[in-house]
Amino acid sequence: MKTLYDKIWDRHLVHAEVGKPSLLYIDLHLIHEVTSPQAFEGLRLAGRKLRRPDLTFGTIDHAIPTVNRNLPFKDPIAAQQVATLRENCREFGVKLYDLDRIEQGIIHVFGPEQGLTHPGMTIVCGDSHTSTHGAFGALAFGIGTSEVEHVFATQCLQQDRAKNFRINVEGELPFGVTSKDIILGIINEIGANGGVGHVIEYAGSTIRDLSMEGRMTVCNMSIEGGAKAGLIAPDDTTFEYVSGKPFAPKGEDWERAVANWKTLTTDDGSHFDKIVDIDAAALEPFVTWGTSPDMSVKVSDNVPDLSHARDENEVRSFERMYQYMGLEPSQPIDKINIDRAFIGSCTNSRIEDLRDAAKVVKGYNISNRVNAMVVPGSMQIKRQAEEEGLARIFIDAGFEWRDAGCSMCLAMNEDILQPGERCASTSNRNFEGRQGRGGRTHLVSPIMAAAAAITGHFVDVRNWKFKD
Amino acid sequence: MDKFETIKGLVAPLFQANIDTDQIIPKQFLTRIERTGYGAFLFNDWRLNSDGSPKPNFVLNDQRYAGASILVAGANFGCGSSREHAPWSLLDYGFRVVIAPSFGDIFFNNSLKNGLLPVRLDEKIVNRLVEDTQTIDGYSLTIDLENKTVADASGVIATFEIDEFRRYCLLNGLDDIGLTLQHEEKITAFESKAGR
Ligand code: SF4
Repeated sequence: MKTLYDKIWDRHLVHAEVGKPSLLYIDLHLIHEVTSPQAFEGLRLAGRKLRRPDLTFGTIDHAIPTVNRNLPFKDPIAAQQVATLRENCREFGVKLYDLDRIEQGIIHVFGPEQGLTHPGMTIVCGDSHTSTHGAFGALAFGIGTSEVEHVFATQCLQQDRAKNFRINVEGELPFGVTSKDIILGIINEIGANGGVGHVIEYAGSTIRDLSMEGRMTVCNMSIEGGAKAGLIAPDDTTFEYVSGKPFAPKGEDWERAVANWKTLTTDDGSHFDKIVDIDAAALEPFVTWGTSPDMSVKVSDNVPDLSHARDENEVRSFERMYQYMGLEPSQPIDKINIDRAFIGSCTNSRIEDLRDAAKVVKGYNISNRVNAMVVPGSMQIKRQAEEEGLARIFIDAGFEWRDAGCSMCLAMNEDILQPGERCASTSNRNFEGRQGRGGRTHLVSPIMAAAAAITGHFVDVRNWKFKD
Repeated sequence: MDKFETIKGLVAPLFQANIDTDQIIPKQFLTRIERTGYGAFLFNDWRLNSDGSPKPNFVLNDQRYAGASILVAGANFGCGSSREHAPWSLLDYGFRVVIAPSFGDIFFNNSLKNGLLPVRLDEKIVNRLVEDTQTIDGYSLTIDLENKTVADASGVIATFEIDEFRRYCLLNGLDDIGLTLQHEEKITAFESKAGR
């Protein structure tokens, strides 16, 4: 009896030896400008070749501007980093989806959208949110630059087997509660290091009922719970999504692939080192209030006071967070005013996210106190949203409509919070300074961010008056 | 990678849980394409004011801890992103060891691959170490990787666990890629069998 994780592991084992890490074969290696230059340089210095350029794909996302990006970058160092990626890809024969391509986008949006991500694969990228691809039943995780170089040279990774962690989410999601709230609720429950050393398999009727977009949002934030990776067993929803994508298998290969993918499920009675059950009906829209992704509360709640701290250390961390976030203990969440709203990032920038947010926005204008922007996950999504009329809705309401990239998720470009500015953000990290030095980030779902942009403060989107 | 030998050094306390890689090295320094020179940016937003002057209250600016080579921190140290710039900046600043109750997985791996030793110790011992750094002037530790011990002036105060293979690689400064390439034939065989 094997779990899904065990099955994928076993199918990729190249070499195992007692007392040493195993050698795991990597099917797909995604790269971007920030974590690859030193790895290419390492290859060059050692006189090594890139073993499988055909299994390596790159795009540009982290440090690029999201307006006027055909003009020279304002930041010369970022420009040099992008130029370096171009040169490296040319020299080593890696396919690069550059800024002039419709396929360009955030690396974890790009992979699935191009059909590069298949069930049962092993996928790595020098980026912790590689866990996103687990939504397809692929074992996908982030690696550091030394490991990027290792995969370049060997197409393998040295790995120790992780533990199995199952999270069951059962029941129907209440209206206004989204996949983002599922994962924020899970992290709230298990803690920011609850998944360390584990691969999480998300299961249960709620997960089965999610679209691929929703599943990607859930798996994306596995790392925020400390997990090595997140997995969802593939099913018809998965196959339908992959089918017809540029790099999806075709014809007879497709039939064979699907037959194989159908075997990728956890056997009944498999052992899990840890199991957590979540009741979907009890979930609400979540809002983070602190600087760790597990510091969240339901929208109907207040900022927790010190009586909620578990120990001395947590008391000190709460006090630090009140101060950094500019919040009072017991302050109601819907009394928190915002300055900025950001709809984007590899967590929530897909077409479905934009459709949901646009429904909330339609017929309204954003608050005149708020500066808001939408940054689609890929240029393809941008175009689709324009064709569907979503872009018009956002622009008419006062949102800025940008080109694809990571943007204010990590603020490596000009999209950045000023000290003290407060942002309703659909991204995945609320760390101190993540969106700009002194910036205050509240993680929420796209519909919650859209509603906050309009009213100027957080509101319970379950009571929203849709104008349609 | 340099061989890791026994490290004896001054200890600096940075006692908070969930210190993430965005704090260790903020994103504005990730556009560089080099592997070196990141020490100047370590804990930038905590350590320095916007004008580059040191913040007097930050622990690494406290003269008592100047030149420390061992950092003691709270649980889940190095959580967050995969940026290897985090261990690069700690090493470049002068740290060789980080002691904490637990670490982010990717940071832990990245550290080992660069000769920065992450030592997991029980929370109680970590609490005590933090206290000692605050009450004992010039509090130093000796980290012996060969014997997996942590000692202070009073003798050995803790032993730690580390994967045997990782310990061996650190002690001998071995290159992972070189080791994997010893299995080149197996990799090729796997590729032809699996049709990749
Ligand atoms: S959108 Fe944010 S989390 Fe996702 S890859 Fe970009 S920087 Fe990382």
